[in-house]
This record gives sequence, C-alpha cells and structure tokens, in this order.
Amino acid sequence: MSEAKKLPAPVTNPETKAFWDAAAEGKFLIKRCTACGEAHYFPRSICPFCFSDQTVWEQSAGEGEIYTFSIMRKSPTGPYAIGYVTLKEGPSLQTNFVDCDFDALRIGQKVRVVFKPTDGAPLPFFTPV
Amino acid sequence: MTIKGKAYIAGIYEHPTRHAPDKSTAQLHAEVAKGALEDAGLSAKDVDGYFCAGDAPGGAWPMVDYLGLKVRHIDSTETGGCSYLIHVGHAAEAIAAGKCSIALITLAGKPRTGPMPPRAAGAEADFEMAYGATTHNAYGMCAMRHMHDYGTTSEQLAWIKVAASHHAQYNPHAMLKEVVTVEDVMNSPMISDPLHRMDCCVVTDGGGALIVTTPEIAKSLKKPLVRLIGHGEAMKGPRGGKDLDLTYSAGVWSGPRAFEEAGITPKDIKYASIYDSFTITVLMQLEDLGFCKKGDGGKFVADGNLISGVGKLPFNTDGGGLCSNHPVNRGGMTKVIEAVRQLRGEAHPKVQVQNCDLAIAHGTGGLLGVRHAASTCILERV
Repeated sequence: MSEAKKLPAPVTNPETKAFWDAAAEGKFLIKRCTACGEAHYFPRSICPFCFSDQTVWEQSAGEGEIYTFSIMRKSPTGPYAIGYVTLKEGPSLQTNFVDCDFDALRIGQKVRVVFKPTDGAPLPFFTPV
Repeated sequence: MTIKGKAYIAGIYEHPTRHAPDKSTAQLHAEVAKGALEDAGLSAKDVDGYFCAGDAPGGAWPMVDYLGLKVRHIDSTETGGCSYLIHVGHAAEAIAAGKCSIALITLAGKPRTGPMPPRAAGAEADFEMAYGATTHNAYGMCAMRHMHDYGTTSEQLAWIKVAASHHAQYNPHAMLKEVVTVEDVMNSPMISDPLHRMDCCVVTDGGGALIVTTPEIAKSLKKPLVRLIGHGEAMKGPRGGKDLDLTYSAGVWSGPRAFEEAGITPKDIKYASIYDSFTITVLMQLEDLGFCKKGDGGKFVADGNLISGVGKLPFNTDGGGLCSNHPVNRGGMTKVIEAVRQLRGEAHPKVQVQNCDLAIAHGTGGLLGVRHAASTCILERV
C-alpha cells in the first residue's frame, strides 16, 4: 500500500462502537453467538447464522491465514494487496496485506492483525508473520 | 404456480453506440425504449409495466414521467449487472398474475464518458471500504483461489477471451473487433493478479431494452416467438465469514431453479449468453450452471469449445462484454438480447447456431468476490 494513501476514518454506529473503541486500544474484536456458538465478522447484534440476539464481543487472537488475495497493479494511489484472511476463531474477513513484499504473498500464509491510524479509530490490516 | 411459457420477449434493442458524450443518460434510456418498441411493433402507449435498475436517472418514477408512460406495474429491483435478467423473471411473474401485459425494461448510461456515481454503502462499509475492493481485484481474488483449488490456468481463462474475439469480428458495432490469441491475452499487462488486461471486459456507453408480453399479444406481432420457460435468482455473500468459498457464485442456486422450472438440463442448451465481466466470471458460472463439474471449467473452455461452429457450447456470439459491449458496466441486458437474436435466427450468419431452439441467458451483479446476485433465464423458440 502506498504511504500517500490516506485511510478513511470509520464512521462507526451504536452497533459497532465497541469494536472501534477496542481497536483504539489495539484489541481486535469479533462477535460470537452464545445460542449457536458460532463466531462471525463483521460484527452484528443479531447472529447471521441462527438469528439469536444473544451475541457477545470476544477478543480475537488476530491470527489467521490467507484464504485468497489479488495484487491491484493499476491504482492511482499505488499497488495494494487485497484479500481474505481466515481467522483462527473461524470467520473469514476482507482486508489488505501490508508491510510486506506483495509478490511473496501466497494462499495459506500465516498472518496477524496490525492496526493503522486514521483521523478516527484505527483500521485493522494483516501482515505476514 | 410457474411462469413457464407465460411471458414472451417480443422486443429487443441494443444501442449501437459505444461512446455517447453527446447524449444524456435519460435520452439513451428513451432511445433504447423506442428501439425495442419498434422492434416489437408496439408503441409507448401500449406499455403498462416499467422495469429499471440503478442506472435509470432518479429511479422509476422520474423515468416513467420522462418517457411519458402510463403504467400499472413498476419494479426497480437493483442487483447490478444482472438486474435486467431478474426484471425478465419479475415481468413474467407480473404478466402471469395479470398485473401488466406489456412490460418495458431499460438500461442505459455513460461510464466511458465519465465516472459513475458510487453505489450506496451497506452495513459492511466501515469493515470493508478502506480495503479498496474493485471489480478487478474482487474477481482476481476468485480467480486466484480457483487456480489454487482446481489448478485452473491463465491460458485456460484466456481461451474465453479468444472465443469472444472470434465472435466480435463479425459484429460491426463491437468495440474490439480484432481476433486475439491465448498469447495475446497472456502478454497483456497484469491488472490485478491473476487477471490480465485482456481478461477484463470493455467499458462502454450505451444501453439496451426489452419488451416482455403475454403469449396472446406476442402471437399477434410479427417477430419470431421467443418465450421464457425458466427463471431463477439468488444472492451470495461472505455471510459473517463462515465457510468462505469464492470458487462458486450464486449461480449454483439460480441455475438449478431455472432448469427445474424449464424442465430441461444444461445438455439441452444450444446457445449460452454468460455474463463476461471477466474471463473468470464465465468459467465459474459455466461450472455453477452445470455445463461441467466444479473445477473442470478450465478444461471445458479451452481449445475453442465456446466458439460458434467450432466448440460444443457457443457463447456470447455478439462478442460479449469482453469484446463488444458492456453498457453501464452492467452485462445482463445484452445477454438477453443476443440470446433472443439466436433464437429468432437473427444473429450474424457466421455465428448463428443452427436449429437454435433453447438458450440460456445468465449473469451476476455486484462483486463475485464479495457479495453479489445471480439470475438465470431459460428461453425457448416456439
């Protein structure tokens, strides 16, 4: 990712405020449903699997592996690597891979979360371990 | 309850323009509406149902007013590029229920003249927008995983573009008329790994329109009869991130629904219009629709198997979005139009499929690698 690219500050809302408050402390949260036991991401108040409202915040280890990626070569702000990470806790999520050699990225590679500052709450990205 | 055989596509029109800086978007909608009505042999006064999507300036009610229509049924279902395939199904439902008898569906816009307005953000915005998902890289992510899981190659993907270019050479309106080779595709610049420039569709201004009507009205008109016998629609997204699998699309659900309603199988299809925003889009959808096994798409599309007169499944004989036209970055409309041309026997003689009595028009809308809709229409010459 180009250093020149300015990251947008999350807008946040009452449903997701706890996530961004935790991010400001360097913690990466996911949601888990206590009715069906499934974890999900991005966080919802109602479980997308069983529709229970018994969802709770849980701190993720912030570790996972690359499910897929693509290196965007044609971008006015410079090349960047977009992809999906499958977290140890289960859910997969969209992200960018940062602070790394894009051409060395591969599916299955171990990655961990790293927060990058914005004008508001910091945003989670992933980088190879 | 089924829509099988209850609605006919009586009018089609594809705007010949590929670059329209001298026209307004509403004007293009009106021009394609006029073209489709003239093709059917009907007038604007006959229209009593109007269907449009996110490309219609202001939505349905400003368009109905601008066009001077008087309608009793309106549908502005917005599912990106497959909106118009869904509109065909919804028009058939409305016609079968007696809610309208002559439905007009329009698409038009000018992404080649200027940038399109951004689409409205969903609940995921804060958790995704910063990562820069675009059409190129969202489809690139699908292709990357498909290659990983099934050994699909860039050469195999290139064959899809090669087949489209073989067809486009006969289309006087095609934006890219030059026949290309697998090597040409492989040597074109990498845009978003593993997709090269020639794996991507064109960006064009323009549009298209359809007239869907009752069997009785269709039979009173002069065009060869083409009817809808099966329709399906579905959506797919990461859904909380569980069991993420980007190697299949919502076509795995819309396709079987349409085939079941039609009472036929993929083997019966003589011609296939398959949305080709990227080469990988075609490959995944052919698998999802059941033309080959999941993972065998690469082998299926190779060696000219999609070229009319050469391979087993002639596809996108107008040159498709890869070579001819991709109006408003939305490919569903032109997919229906070329399928109807084939069933009428109006395709270019060099690409016309002999005895073409059953065709499929299928597409997706949104981002295949993120969240998207799919719709399948199965059409029959009567």
